[in-house]
Amino acid sequence: MRTTTKNRWPATAVAATAGLVLAGCSLGTGDQDDAAGGSAEGGSSKEVVVATHDSWNMSKQVLRDFEQQTGYDLTIQPAGDAGALTNKLVLTKGSPIADAVYGIDNTFASRAVDEGVLTDFTPKTNPGSAYEPQDAEAAAQLTPVDYSDVCVNVDDVWFKEHDLAPPTSFEDLADPAYDGLFVTPAPSTSSPGLAFLAATVAEYGEDGWQDYWQRLVDNDVKVTAGWSDAYQVDFTAGGGSGDRPIVLSYASSPPFTIPEGETKPTTSALLDTCFRQVEYAAVLDGAANPEGAQAFVDFLGSRELQEALPDEMYVFPVDPEATLPDLWAKYAVPADDPATLPESEIAAHRSQWLEEWADIAQ
Amino acid sequence: MGTAALAVVPLAVLGVFFVLPVAGMVGRGFWTDGGFDPSASLEVLTRSRTHRVLWFTLWSSTVATLVTLALGLPLTFVLYRLRVPGRSAARAFVLMPFVLPTVVVGVAFRTLLTPSGPLGFLHLDGTAAAIIAAMVFFNLAVVVRTVGVLWENLDPRREQAAAALGASPWQVLRTVTLPALAPAIVASASIVFLFCATAFGLVLTLGGLRYATVETEIYLLTTQFLDLRAAAALSVLQLLVVTGLLYAAHVTRSRREHAVERADVRSTLRPARRTDLAAVSTAALALAFVATPIAALVVGSLRVGDGWGLDHYRALDGHEAGSTAALLVPVTEALSNSWRVAVDATTLAMVLGCLVAVLVSRRGRSRAERRGLAVLDGVFMLPLGVSAVTLGFGFLITLDRPPLDLRTSPLLVPIAQAMVALPLVVRTLTPVLRSIDPRQREAAESLGASPWRVLRTVDLPVVWRPLLAATGFAFAVSLGEFGATSFLARPEAPTMPVLIYELVSRPGADNYGMALAASVVLGLVTVVIMGLVERLRLGTAGAF
Repeated sequence: MRTTTKNRWPATAVAATAGLVLAGCSLGTGDQDDAAGGSAEGGSSKEVVVATHDSWNMSKQVLRDFEQQTGYDLTIQPAGDAGALTNKLVLTKGSPIADAVYGIDNTFASRAVDEGVLTDFTPKTNPGSAYEPQDAEAAAQLTPVDYSDVCVNVDDVWFKEHDLAPPTSFEDLADPAYDGLFVTPAPSTSSPGLAFLAATVAEYGEDGWQDYWQRLVDNDVKVTAGWSDAYQVDFTAGGGSGDRPIVLSYASSPPFTIPEGETKPTTSALLDTCFRQVEYAAVLDGAANPEGAQAFVDFLGSRELQEALPDEMYVFPVDPEATLPDLWAKYAVPADDPATLPESEIAAHRSQWLEEWADIAQ
Repeated sequence: MGTAALAVVPLAVLGVFFVLPVAGMVGRGFWTDGGFDPSASLEVLTRSRTHRVLWFTLWSSTVATLVTLALGLPLTFVLYRLRVPGRSAARAFVLMPFVLPTVVVGVAFRTLLTPSGPLGFLHLDGTAAAIIAAMVFFNLAVVVRTVGVLWENLDPRREQAAAALGASPWQVLRTVTLPALAPAIVASASIVFLFCATAFGLVLTLGGLRYATVETEIYLLTTQFLDLRAAAALSVLQLLVVTGLLYAAHVTRSRREHAVERADVRSTLRPARRTDLAAVSTAALALAFVATPIAALVVGSLRVGDGWGLDHYRALDGHEAGSTAALLVPVTEALSNSWRVAVDATTLAMVLGCLVAVLVSRRGRSRAERRGLAVLDGVFMLPLGVSAVTLGFGFLITLDRPPLDLRTSPLLVPIAQAMVALPLVVRTLTPVLRSIDPRQREAAESLGASPWRVLRTVDLPVVWRPLLAATGFAFAVSLGEFGATSFLARPEAPTMPVLIYELVSRPGADNYGMALAASVVLGLVTVVIMGLVERLRLGTAGAF
């Protein structure tokens, strides 16, 4: 038996060495795949680093065009959801993790501006000037890139089957006729959830929304932690076998519910219940490569990138001239008159709202 | 002394990648407006909400740990001591939950439990029971693997002797078997408890926000409210609780740790008997419990429109994905990214883990040395018990200048995962190493063997199989880990959990189906790898 042991030993050594070599390789190749088609020249001044939220997605072709047009090497650094991204920038103030940021939205914009982590920059072509923050200081720093309308969605098939007219307004959601039918992600753990809370504040006022939410709770609203959970599990037209035909989602969600071989979605968005989330880009204060950062923010406003946004990130381009994909043009209609709140008001009251909300709905 | 030198490398790594970042974040909370003011933070600890949260954390994790042991030990017995068909496949299968991303498992669990789902009649949606069930689902593998590697070599003759002297099967179990396994059981229980106490995705998803743990509070305070004071206070609280737990575990363990007689695996395996009925049925129940959510995943991934098919799997290659698919990269690319990260993380965890295990399994000669080794042992468990959010944000604020300008380095993800895998490696190897009779080493030494030769001829033959088990474990941790990595500034190359997370975060039946399909692929790849490792192990049986 001893001999068995001895024979195994060299094998262990070989395996261990092989493992180490393999690891060595993997570290070497790890870097090079990162840059979208860029050659890894190392941390030269040609590199521009952009911190984004986790939902960043862009076609390699578009990013390659940016690198070819400007000569910069682009590195994307996903850093959590909009909240986590903003907080990371605040925590690393003075020693930023990137040169530019994309993905701060209007619910977190004031925090980034107040903490002084951004610098002034207005791109040459600014197609989204209509979506600029209301506050002047914020407007000087933030460049609007895209927007999405967070709206209540309904499963039209379910309502037809149950001979019930779908709801159309905030008031309807609290109507006993729709008791136990609505599911929404929570504002404390989900950014569309926060947008919906803001929409109710905009609709019912600083002192009225609490009463409205109490009525929603009395009408058996279901609150989940995240959007995936509400839409994929509880919504009747989601991935699973849910039992709630009303869900909080986006104005851009319906086109995804077109059944195979058909042309019309089975769900629709209630355009009178929307809150507009605008996503911004900015140059970070203390960026190692401010010119590169500016070039990237400029590029985000380009027609090429704006037109790629719907398919890649499921958001509306801020450029009114950008052509939408066919399905979007037909079925993903933004709201005419969405609810909005000044960024500074959201920032000032967020914690208080969330606490009051938790007392009512949790 | 040589021991001290061996300790330097792992301690340095722990210092840089754990102590420094956590201290940095806690410091930010305690130093406010330029002054040291912990009182503002500590006020949080007096709030009644904090007490409620702490209480829920403690009891839910305790119950989950006990249930995991109650299901896991019989399962371990059946999979490692009985000659039952499909043994090695089942061992690999149990590891599958370990690599499934929590978002998808949360969705899969809720799909089963929601009022209109197949298990809706249980009325578990949004209850503490659902949270605990998910914790058990994830952690069964920890018990099975950690205890299994010790149990499979336990010499059955002692048990046989007790039985021959008239002990009932229950008495044999209680007086012979369990005491011999105690170190491994305590080790696995402490790991399970720490995993449960720091789970946050599951708690949020399955508890429907009604339940909060210390970890979910830290997550919300840091990522949403930016209330660093309160987060720092809770991080300190977490550290205290974890330290207390580790101390208790150490006391329990060291009283029971002793050399055990070991035997070749082939002689410990026996056919199932009538008296094994209870164990076999509990094991079957445990397997069914693991299989149910996985079956829900598989069924969901095969569902195409109103029919069935492999369309979602085919779509994962990225070629036919239409304009509505949220596929970041083809699945093969994500797998290869995951694979590369896992190789790095595993290598690092194994190198450090072996060093630490060899060190802490030595019996100190003096009281002070013994105490030092015990502290060292506990210190490497800490990363499991401390908030991934605190650690992840801590990386960003402390590792930002040379020589440690690492916060955006692609190495950071494998390093963070290695910190999670390290305690598992140590806890798998240490009970086995400690079970070796020190007189065997002394005999070898007195016959003139060098320390290296002692290690090679005494320890290695025994540890070889646990070593493979630990490697597989570390690999699985890395493949599935998403908690710690999601708080780092990740490199752009998306790994499997990232890919799955993106798919499940988008509307559309196709994206949902593809998310499930990708999860099944990740789980299958893991099971196949683990199955291969198992075969490798069988081939090396017979070390004595």
